[in-house]
Amino acid sequence: MEFAELIKTPRVDGVVLHRPFMPTVEGTLCLTGHHLILSSRQDNTEELWLLHSNIDSIEKRFVGSVGSIIVKCKDLRVIQLDIPGMEECLNISSSVEALSTLDSVSLMYPFFYRPMFEVIEDGWNSFLPEDAFKDLESMTDEWRLSEVNKDFSVCPSYPPLVAVPKDVDDDTLRKVATFRHSGRFPVLSYYHKKNGMVMMRAGQPLTGTNGRRCKEDEKLINATLRPGKRGYIIDTRSINVAQQAKARGGGFESEANYPQWRRIHKAIERANVLQESLIKLVEACSDQSHSMDRWLSKLEASSWQAHVKEILTTACLAAQCIDREGASVLIHGTEGTDSTLQVTSLAQIILDPACRTIRGFQGLVEREWLQAGHPFQQRCAQSAYSNSKPRQEAPVFLLFLDCVWQILRQFPCSFEFSESFLVLLFEHAYASQFGTFLGNSAAERAKLSLPEKTVSLWSWVNRPQELERLTNPLYEANSLVIWPSVAPQSLLLWEGVFLRWNRSSKCLDEAYEEMVHIIEYNKELQNKVNSLRRQLAQLETEDPLLQTP
Amino acid sequence: MSISSILQQFHRIYAGHVEQVRLLDRFSNKSTNGTLYLTATHLIFVENSSNNSTSILHHHIASLEKLSLTTTGCPLVIQCRNFRVVHFVVPRERDCHDIYSSLLRLLRPVSYEELYAFSYNPKQNDQQREEGWQLIDLGAEFERMGVPCDQWQLTDVNRDYKVCETYPRDLYVPITASKPIIVGSSKFRSKGRFPVLTYFYQEKKAAVCRCSQPLSGFSARCLEDESMLQAISKANHNSRFVYVMDTRPKLNALANRAAGKGYENEDNYSNIRFQFVGIENIHVMRTSLQKLLEVIGTRSLSMSDYLVGLESCGWLRHIKAIVDAAIFLTKAVTVEGASVLVHCSDGWDRTAQVCSLGALLMDPYYRTIKGFMVLIEKDWISFGHKFADRCDQLDGDSKEVSPIFTQFLECVWQLTEQFPQAFEFSEWFLLQIHEHVHSCQYGNFLGNNQRQREELQLRERTHSLWAYLMSEKDNYLNPFYSPAYSESHPVLEPSTLPYHFKFWRNMYHQFDRSMHPRQSILKTILTLRENSRKKLQQLGVTPIATSDPPAPPPTRDQRSNSNALPPRPDSLILGAPINHKEVQRQVEDDEQEEVGEEATESTDTERTVEGSSGTESRKQSYGELEGTYNTELAKEEPAVVSLEFGVARMTC
Repeated sequence: MEFAELIKTPRVDGVVLHRPFMPTVEGTLCLTGHHLILSSRQDNTEELWLLHSNIDSIEKRFVGSVGSIIVKCKDLRVIQLDIPGMEECLNISSSVEALSTLDSVSLMYPFFYRPMFEVIEDGWNSFLPEDAFKDLESMTDEWRLSEVNKDFSVCPSYPPLVAVPKDVDDDTLRKVATFRHSGRFPVLSYYHKKNGMVMMRAGQPLTGTNGRRCKEDEKLINATLRPGKRGYIIDTRSINVAQQAKARGGGFESEANYPQWRRIHKAIERANVLQESLIKLVEACSDQSHSMDRWLSKLEASSWQAHVKEILTTACLAAQCIDREGASVLIHGTEGTDSTLQVTSLAQIILDPACRTIRGFQGLVEREWLQAGHPFQQRCAQSAYSNSKPRQEAPVFLLFLDCVWQILRQFPCSFEFSESFLVLLFEHAYASQFGTFLGNSAAERAKLSLPEKTVSLWSWVNRPQELERLTNPLYEANSLVIWPSVAPQSLLLWEGVFLRWNRSSKCLDEAYEEMVHIIEYNKELQNKVNSLRRQLAQLETEDPLLQTP
Repeated sequence: MSISSILQQFHRIYAGHVEQVRLLDRFSNKSTNGTLYLTATHLIFVENSSNNSTSILHHHIASLEKLSLTTTGCPLVIQCRNFRVVHFVVPRERDCHDIYSSLLRLLRPVSYEELYAFSYNPKQNDQQREEGWQLIDLGAEFERMGVPCDQWQLTDVNRDYKVCETYPRDLYVPITASKPIIVGSSKFRSKGRFPVLTYFYQEKKAAVCRCSQPLSGFSARCLEDESMLQAISKANHNSRFVYVMDTRPKLNALANRAAGKGYENEDNYSNIRFQFVGIENIHVMRTSLQKLLEVIGTRSLSMSDYLVGLESCGWLRHIKAIVDAAIFLTKAVTVEGASVLVHCSDGWDRTAQVCSLGALLMDPYYRTIKGFMVLIEKDWISFGHKFADRCDQLDGDSKEVSPIFTQFLECVWQLTEQFPQAFEFSEWFLLQIHEHVHSCQYGNFLGNNQRQREELQLRERTHSLWAYLMSEKDNYLNPFYSPAYSESHPVLEPSTLPYHFKFWRNMYHQFDRSMHPRQSILKTILTLRENSRKKLQQLGVTPIATSDPPAPPPTRDQRSNSNALPPRPDSLILGAPINHKEVQRQVEDDEQEEVGEEATESTDTERTVEGSSGTESRKQSYGELEGTYNTELAKEEPAVVSLEFGVARMTC
């Protein structure tokens, strides 16, 4: 067994665990292939079970013969373990380091995890593209489900089935794919039932410096427009970045070739900038100095909130084009796997009430992130504490969740799920016992046989006890489009993630419980009133004398 | 509401009106047309389409600016002390000038008698008014603290305001402080404000005292003042020393020495521990708020400019400094059991902030609605915070104006954010108090000190805000309040890490609809509570008194009790089936009325918009849809532009 070789010391006694705002725990530290476990071995005291894959970085410190390792996790938690014995400490730290940076996906915990719960509904089958298409078919017949990518040869990052305009055949799609970055030809992302407008996404067109064009691409895009209508192309890059992309074979749609489309450039930052931003933000949040100026200037320097604002604004713009302007929209950046997905998924949250339910949101993540080929494994390989040189890491999905949280804060009664669902998704995207976020695309997931070999996160979430925990007690279905404010004064720091481990949340948790209590009490009374009313109605029908004239 | 009824409500001379006035939204391109009415007390804008109206009390107007004429008319920008900013465009310049000059005349009263409080009549008889003024009794408050006691006594030295005219008549001092000591000490203190008791922490017999700076200059000393501090020290057997907190930055205190003032020399006073805390003066605070308002008033503000502006204006830094000082005071008293003497320069600004906030942290009573009124009455009104000067009630020295009390309210709000269950009142209570500190509608905050208030006969001629607030107490309740929490946490220990201090959007953007969440948890929960109350009534259970704040405890007994009620038709006032939604809507409507200002000012509907249904779509634009074919124009932060194809209406 390979893990055994990596574990130099499987067990140390007398280890002391320090966590902020919690009492220290002394106990036995055990290393297994996938977990770091600390158990106090006293009855009923909690144990620490930490997935190695959740560990972002590890630091060693020695004071005399007691060594300490500081474990920084991808969920932004920082814990300290005091380990007696120099050698033990070194062994533990090098073992953890090795185990937390395993390269092979198939050695990851999801392949070893066996569910301790009864799977009521297999999450791997909960959100199939064909099911989503059935919904679309009930609204319109202008689209068809194409199998052109069934062996992932046309576009490696697309799922086998994609929705495209009915009048465009598979040959055309193949040609268009050669004209779009990574073969990501325009596909349907969202159909706005209210006015029949659509949102599509794609990779950038490969116009290059000499302005290459592709008749099939133009035909495909125009096929989505109703007669006499115009559309918007939202390029998530600034005009300068888009211009520069031409030199590398990329580019954007010129007015001359796409006369029915207006192009708008918005500047959403790319992967490495976002990763840098996250690192700075988390650093600012863990600064314990009491200087207000320092905090505000670090917060500003991290630019995190600025990214949130930019992404939200772009999503609002896309939603506005569709709902207010009655125009269809095509969204792309460079690859169409990052900022594009942030925008398409957020626009749906704004426009489509179904996406604001727990199940609808899962479907959205499945459609617009997992199936759409957001490279989770690359993006979430490391988080804010990583010491290694960033390669493909970027908090693209976390930023999306942050934006959702901002809308949730502004419409606290319009979402079926609570903040804890968003936090849960953040955690599982970075480290999980479930296979959902493994791999970078549908193709990779199929190759890894994830549905057969691992458990889906949705299988776990969609059980009554879990759903109850994630439900927003204030929820009341709101069928309208919800327009958030994107003024800086209206956007807040997502404390539930970024200050989660730096503050005591006891008071806030208790207040939340009180709120749940009030809501439940009200429901209870309502039920009582209803039942009495029924009894009264019954009495009245039984005894006509009681009826008021 | 019809226009005539609005005007009737004001019972005022109707001075004139202008039609076809446009009201521009400060952050979007939205504008509404309507008619502007000017009365002796209010400026009222009535929308043409909806008859919604906005009314602005003249006293609330902080500044008035007539901008240069545009093609559509003459712009008039009004900034209010409650942070409302309105931008009117009047079609004809002459009309605009008329309004402008009338307002200028009206909003600069030169005598107190011109203030609204003297003409405001909420249709109460004299007895009701008198009862209103008796609601808060500071003598009873000191008794509650356990004073007088074996170490502290009431002194009559200031009965006629002879020793200190800015102090109240009733003052509490150590028993060992004789009259000559008091008088001597008062002569050595700026404005005669000698050390007196403001809060007594019974558990440790530790006292919080307040005064002004000593007139020590570079070397002067005063034996009586030294004895005074000695007496304070001796009154507390738990500690061998007294903390003296100078709330100013050291540099300021040093500078004061040159003017014959200064701070206590530790060598001259036995058993004191001297400490500077570093809260800035009124001028710094005034400028800081101005800068803050400038930053947040910017249209299309970028995140970076917002955060940089928040930092450079220093506002949150000042708020934190005040909370830090209050925590220092609280720890000294509750943990060390030491008495503390707090002062600044004159002892009516920073001293009031720190003493009142400290008491709020130490004593759960001050976190209740009544207790908070008492606290303000004691540390602010009676001890002579110069409300008239600081809030610019009369046309006076603009250098005296400063948002000291606003800062205090904000500090309290910051604490409510950290301790959502510790306060009986919600944010709305703080906002309402702030509103009326500046409205001059009630007598409480008029003038600079008690002596002046007596001369003005405010108790006889005006009404008390506290009585009004108490009468609609239900609107200000915090649904999450838990008296049990206060019992288990009598002393609050807030964290003062910088990220706990947030920008108070609901104060500084009170009237900017577009900034606010469309649904509010507070409002939703209050509605639910109200629903529950009504349902209990329907169920024939006596409504739970809301003055008894624990959330209706649904104990098993109670449930089975109400279940056991026989379904007697007369206990159910259910003529027609009421569906849940209807009840809710009805409650919401009720609340809208209640939470808004009282009837005579109920036109102020924007205040209640905070948690409106969430259904209204927001009339705002997220970016540029036009001009995008010209790639040059596609700038990073586009100006807000109207969305129609081909029509790019840039607005200034």
